Amino acid sequence: MKSSHINAQIALLPAILIALVVYCGTTGWTIWISFTNSRMLPSSVMVGWRNYLSLIGNERWVVSVTNLFVFGALFISAALVLGFLLAAMIDRHVRAESLFRSVFLYPFSMSFIVTGLAWRWLLDPTLGIEKLAHAIGFSWFHFDWLVRPDRVIYTLVLAAVWHAAGLVMAILLAGLRGIDGEIWKAARVDGLPVWRTYISVILPMLTGSFATATLLLATSVVRLYDLSVAMTNGGPGVASEVPAKFVMDHLFERANVGLATAAASTMLVTIVAVAAPWLYYQQRGRRT
Amino acid sequence: MPARSDVSIRGVEISYGPVRVLERLDLEIAQSEFLVLLGPSGCGKSTLLNAIAGLTDVDDGQIWIGGTNVTWHEPKDRGIAMVFQSYALYPRMTVRGNMSFGLRVAGAPKADIERRVREAAEMLRITDLLERKPSELSGGQRQRVAIGRALVRDAGVFLLDEPLSNLDAQLRAELRVEIKRLHQRLGATMIYVTHDQIEALTLADRIAVMKDRRIQQLGSPDDVYLRPANKFVATFVGSPAMGFLLGKLGTDPSAPMFEAPGVKVPLTGYAFAERPVAGQGVELGIRPEHVLHGDGDIAADVEMVEPMGSDKLAWLRIGEQPLSIRLPAETPVARGDRLHLKLPAHRLNLFDAASGQRL
Repeated sequence: MKSSHINAQIALLPAILIALVVYCGTTGWTIWISFTNSRMLPSSVMVGWRNYLSLIGNERWVVSVTNLFVFGALFISAALVLGFLLAAMIDRHVRAESLFRSVFLYPFSMSFIVTGLAWRWLLDPTLGIEKLAHAIGFSWFHFDWLVRPDRVIYTLVLAAVWHAAGLVMAILLAGLRGIDGEIWKAARVDGLPVWRTYISVILPMLTGSFATATLLLATSVVRLYDLSVAMTNGGPGVASEVPAKFVMDHLFERANVGLATAAASTMLVTIVAVAAPWLYYQQRGRRT
Repeated sequence: MPARSDVSIRGVEISYGPVRVLERLDLEIAQSEFLVLLGPSGCGKSTLLNAIAGLTDVDDGQIWIGGTNVTWHEPKDRGIAMVFQSYALYPRMTVRGNMSFGLRVAGAPKADIERRVREAAEMLRITDLLERKPSELSGGQRQRVAIGRALVRDAGVFLLDEPLSNLDAQLRAELRVEIKRLHQRLGATMIYVTHDQIEALTLADRIAVMKDRRIQQLGSPDDVYLRPANKFVATFVGSPAMGFLLGKLGTDPSAPMFEAPGVKVPLTGYAFAERPVAGQGVELGIRPEHVLHGDGDIAADVEMVEPMGSDKLAWLRIGEQPLSIRLPAETPVARGDRLHLKLPAHRLNLFDAASGQRL
């Protein structure tokens, strides 16, 4: 009994070591480096909060963070709403259901690089939709958000929603299919209009599915990088920069490891600040 | 309650795609009647109930409730309330929310809603559960709440779709009594779907036994139990099941007789529905409790004895054919004993061996 316990611990040792070194170790090292004056290569000269202070003063970082919040809020809410509408539509027994399901889920099978490139072509005024509209005679049509600094972030939202709405649909559709058909019958006998049944009865039953979908969308917001690279490369100017891209650029191109790790650490702290209460709440909910 | 709450089903037909589910079905349900639709799964009984509720469209025919043609009315406008097998409570609402939500959406006055919920809750003894969520309730309590949600609708017709099927035996018996009491108290028309013949026999004023898209027999529990219209009804209703002997009718028309190897039963006193044909192949059906023993002239060997508490069931063999007899618990009978049976003519059921119809 006792020896098998020890055997199990020995067997787990490599996994535990890897987890400690790879996750905790590198995270800790990144945080430590963010307090040094590292440029192209790591150095061990401590400079206190200097990297963080210059981060706050860095216009590109401020734009990146603002973009992240704007993008995150719009993307998550739009993908949830659109995904739910698609799922509800399919759940009401449309014809060719499996075809629609595949079509809606299809964008998700592509990488963000491909999505970004495709939408860059579509939205490019000299190549895509605008040119097509002009070619068939709608010369008044104008859509140049991709090259306008104040609008470019919304084109990122558009492409990302197109990419992810199908996934949300699939998750919510599974949730909808799990709902007992007699609930719908009871609601009809009760005289509830369909929209009212969705809002007051069905949506509250889908909180689990919505939480899953939101979590998945939130992770793709935090690691948002490739879409911005492929679609706009951060431009025009720095108008569509995002934090992950800021970190990558400073780490590998601008040879400013100190600033990059400070940015990464800031992101980590922000995520922990959001995730910790949520996880705590979930755990507590499970216990009671 | 509306003045009239009788239900009339006229020539209703329903198909799901190419599959015919109900075939030209007619049924009149009187005001305040308790009608049970009884049948095996897939016989169309739930479809019929859904059609009355307005949850399933009919392909042909009409449905009238309280003297109004409601064939194309929405469920909420039919003056009906419904109780489901899975309870179908709104899981994120409290019991009070479940019971009052329909009225709130319909815009009923607050005081009115409050009063109706209170009355229904008192009637079902769930007042102390009103602020709880369905997930905090037992199955029996949930079904009480579902019945409560139906009660507050103040409907004249209650439709119950296998409401007790998800409950264990003891709760089932308890709620069965409760539903019967409720029916007597409210005087509402109730249409109750079940595949459980005990529920049907104990609750119903009339039973409609359904199979294969049709009503096989419509009658009082006594009719269905004692005078089944065909062999299907005879086997489906009653537990322990009716026993059958295969044979033919005797050739003497003045003294009708059932004949099988080792069995001769005089049929004088049997109420034939039509003139019997001499020599016709028939099946004789008799319920175990109607088989008499002692001074009879049919020899039967006991093969097995099943004690059932209040009485016991003996499985017999007459020649090659099995039959069962219900005996008082104290009767001394064991495997290998020989009994001499008598089958009283007025307790018999004769079915045409080919069609299964009652003779």
